[in-house]
Amino acid sequence: MSRARPDTKTTSPLRSGSSTGAGDRVFRGLSRGAGIALLGIMAAIAAFLLIRGLSAIQGDSANFLTEQRWAPKDDPPTFGIAAIAFGTVLSSLIAMALAVPVAVGVALFISHYAPRRIAIPLGYVIDLLAAVPSVVYGLWGIRFLVPRLEPLHQWLGAHLGFIPLFEKSAAGSRTMLTAGVVLAIMILPIIAAVSREVFLQVPRDHEEAALALGATRWEMIRAAVLPFGRPGVISAAMLGLGRALGETVAVAMVLSPRNVISLHILNPEGNTIAANIANSFGEADDFARDALIASGLVLFVITLIVNASARLIVARRREFAGAAI
Amino acid sequence: MSVAPAPPKAPPHGSAPFGLHHRRLPRWAVPAVVVAAVAVAVALRGTGLLSGTAQLVLVAALLSAVGVVTVSATVEGGRHARNRLATALVGTAFLLALLPLLSVLWEVVANGIEKMTPYFFTRSMLNVGPLDDAGGLYHAMVGTLEQVGLATLIAVPIGLLTAIYLAEYGGGPLARAVTFFVDVMTGIPSIVAGLFVLSAWILTLGMNFSGFAGALALTILMLPIVVRSAEEMLRLVPNALREASLALGVPRWRTILKVVLPTSFAGIITGVMLAVARVAGETAPLLLVVFGFDAINFNPFQGEQSALPLMIYQENAKGLEFSFERAWGTALALILLIMALNLGARIIAYFYAPKNR
Repeated sequence: MSRARPDTKTTSPLRSGSSTGAGDRVFRGLSRGAGIALLGIMAAIAAFLLIRGLSAIQGDSANFLTEQRWAPKDDPPTFGIAAIAFGTVLSSLIAMALAVPVAVGVALFISHYAPRRIAIPLGYVIDLLAAVPSVVYGLWGIRFLVPRLEPLHQWLGAHLGFIPLFEKSAAGSRTMLTAGVVLAIMILPIIAAVSREVFLQVPRDHEEAALALGATRWEMIRAAVLPFGRPGVISAAMLGLGRALGETVAVAMVLSPRNVISLHILNPEGNTIAANIANSFGEADDFARDALIASGLVLFVITLIVNASARLIVARRREFAGAAI
Repeated sequence: MSVAPAPPKAPPHGSAPFGLHHRRLPRWAVPAVVVAAVAVAVALRGTGLLSGTAQLVLVAALLSAVGVVTVSATVEGGRHARNRLATALVGTAFLLALLPLLSVLWEVVANGIEKMTPYFFTRSMLNVGPLDDAGGLYHAMVGTLEQVGLATLIAVPIGLLTAIYLAEYGGGPLARAVTFFVDVMTGIPSIVAGLFVLSAWILTLGMNFSGFAGALALTILMLPIVVRSAEEMLRLVPNALREASLALGVPRWRTILKVVLPTSFAGIITGVMLAVARVAGETAPLLLVVFGFDAINFNPFQGEQSALPLMIYQENAKGLEFSFERAWGTALALILLIMALNLGARIIAYFYAPKNR
């Protein structure tokens, strides 16, 4: 293991020095052990979710992938992830559609519009959004936002109801749309923070060249900033998507759940994997808990794929990695 | 580059002459248009066409945008009009992002402030009936402090050693694998961390719900944050310091303990505090493995406990007037705790950052 790696900042002569002393061997072994322990934890997470989840899926009387209902305590147990997986994706897509344009605007404002002196404090203020715990967003969502979005729901239903997406056939505003709004607020800071870092790395020369040719500020941004920042913004959006997919309590508190596949985002129906776990856990027996673990396994796999693709895009542009917390 | 070379006489769009002396709007034009738009909106409300502040603001904003763009298009030409529209949109996006933050903070403070009494901080929820205006968050505060403290005790040594491995010994496939899986771990949804502890610790090993089980789940969420921030801090330590120590014949491990770690200490503490602030607000895993308990339980290893985020969730779920008040009060206490941790981290980072020494 004493191979030197040329691409790290620590230069190789330091590393190749033979660590012969007993103290060195112990310390090195300890730190290596910690790294291996971390890998072990990841392996254990995958293994335990798989073992408990698969045993539950075997006891399922319906097709786990296509069944919409979630009734593991029925006899025979009938449960599937079709409706909740659909709801997870739908709520996250609503959140993305709302959050990404605003977050890119925020990032542009901080990186290219605001005066330098106030840009950094403004960045901190947006980061504060990320420090608010999700349960507080949930409380604010259900107590403050839900009643205030009621008129919007009725207006959209009355005027745009001919579009299937906006068809409103049941009263109430504890809907997928409201859940999407809360999720959008929660993922906005991460998208804005990563995009801001990328926009700040646009080479000065490109911007000045565009301005020298007579471009307005917006033309400069379109010609120099946005093309350079596109991969960074995409990976930022996917990091946000990963967060939105796994968010639990805020959705569980805001959404009025009903396990059906439905595109009617103005109706109080639909459910997400994470919210279903939080809502059903209280009265679950041992088998029902295993069933919930099986749904958690699906969520784990979905977020893994989304996050890994985001990381791959980031890895191609190594310099963005610093911002991706 | 798609910027066309623009000779002074050929404007790409619009009819305004383009050149060094083309016409621009005077400075007062934009404020004037905005004032006019607000006036029109207020007048519209006077006639009863609009209701509510939200509609008023919306209509005023729309009218000003349309007004500014029209005026700019006629005087300055299409390109400048488009530029002004973009500026307006970017500014609106920023205000739009501030709105929920201000609203959340305002609602939490306004609804929770009356609970900020010594009584609320020193009582538990034991024997508090659903209709009683009584009880407090003492038991939840005890739970949160113990669970987060235990998680920190487990996550910091493992995370710090892993970071030392990556930054000081790294290289080779193992380090690359660890780096990759730290990234993967960052993306694990908190509920999945809770499900893992549930399946391994409670269902498979047969343990009971406890504060310690919650701490285990929080550890999984803290670990990647600690590793990432500590590794970055260790890499900031100048190599000359390591070389100087090694040249004096100090073994590597003593160099790390006596030179590298003290130099990056402030940064590492900042990272740890941010990680603590992050997990202190986690609800989902605690819901699965701590379960919530109304009485004070000082022992995190035995019996159920409560926690501040858990208490917010459960008080809200009771759906009664006094329980909502308690939920808001607890939310304010939790936000104060997290803001204090964040502020402390920033202060440490600001005053003790290596570059300021």
